Amino acid sequence: MRFGIAVFPGTWSDRDCARAVEVAGHESVHLWHRDRDLGGSDCVILPGGFSYGDHLRTGAVARFAPLMESVQEFAAGGGLVLGICNGFQILCEAHLLPGALTRNVSLEFRCETAWLRVETAATPFTSACEPGQVLAVPVSHGEGRYVAEPSTLDRLEADGRVAFRYVSPDGSPVGDASPNGSMRDIAGIVNEARNVLGMMPHPERAAEPLLGSTDGMRIFQSVVNAVAADSVFAVPR
Amino acid sequence: MRFLAEVVISLKPVVNDPQGLTVRAGLHQLGFAEVAEVRVGKHIALEVEGDSEVEARRRVAEMCERLLRNPVIEDYRIEVRPSAGAVPASPATPA
Repeated sequence: MRFGIAVFPGTWSDRDCARAVEVAGHESVHLWHRDRDLGGSDCVILPGGFSYGDHLRTGAVARFAPLMESVQEFAAGGGLVLGICNGFQILCEAHLLPGALTRNVSLEFRCETAWLRVETAATPFTSACEPGQVLAVPVSHGEGRYVAEPSTLDRLEADGRVAFRYVSPDGSPVGDASPNGSMRDIAGIVNEARNVLGMMPHPERAAEPLLGSTDGMRIFQSVVNAVAADSVFAVPR
Repeated sequence: MRFLAEVVISLKPVVNDPQGLTVRAGLHQLGFAEVAEVRVGKHIALEVEGDSEVEARRRVAEMCERLLRNPVIEDYRIEVRPSAGAVPASPATPA
């Protein structure tokens, strides 16, 4: 299968994502922000970084890129979109996901391993995980504190759309050790149709043993499985 | 006609403002014990052409709705007046 990896001015995790896709045994194409062509992608990744310098607000300007019009259409048609870090911020600004990402409560840029509890395996991005499993995946952001109206949070929880929550390494509540102070310790969510995932942690940085964790590969593997299951013409590799 | 529009973006009251809390702690440290609350926001000054002040305000409100503020977390208010020339570097203090 083919992953399309968006590149905005200031994107910095595009090559890391391409490497993770390569490790998974699949191909990727880079998608320039000014283009509209998704290059036949089965899944579009909006990677981490600081698109357009993150001026005004994180993701606020990237949302208007020509490429994002195609991504909006792709998502509306059921295409898989994975937003990581800045990608999550862009998806919220583009209203593909509810809520917003704000300054970490510590006011610090946090670059460290986070432990994520898989809250649902019933998404195309988490099906290769066990519900309740704890994944070690790095975070690297200054503005990752997820906020939304209480009613929005309640709906996300009731619909099983919280994909990942920050926890302690043993899976217990993270308490004050949250990397950013997100409401209800939310680290990742999916949209109503479950074909769009936004997460602050970087699965592509937990993609091979050299990086200290391979847990992030479960997310890429889940996408691969979902696309294979979906495609009549899927050819096992 | 040219107008100066000043937009003040503030976090909604329900959104935690760690910058504000940090600034408050700093002010308390300096002895300004009277400071009860601090909220940090953004100030955006725009020079815009328009037929009237009402029209200029309407357009700037549209800019706020579409780009300048995030409706999930931010409120905004707009002040418009005929432009005297240069965009000021900071919000005008009330006379």
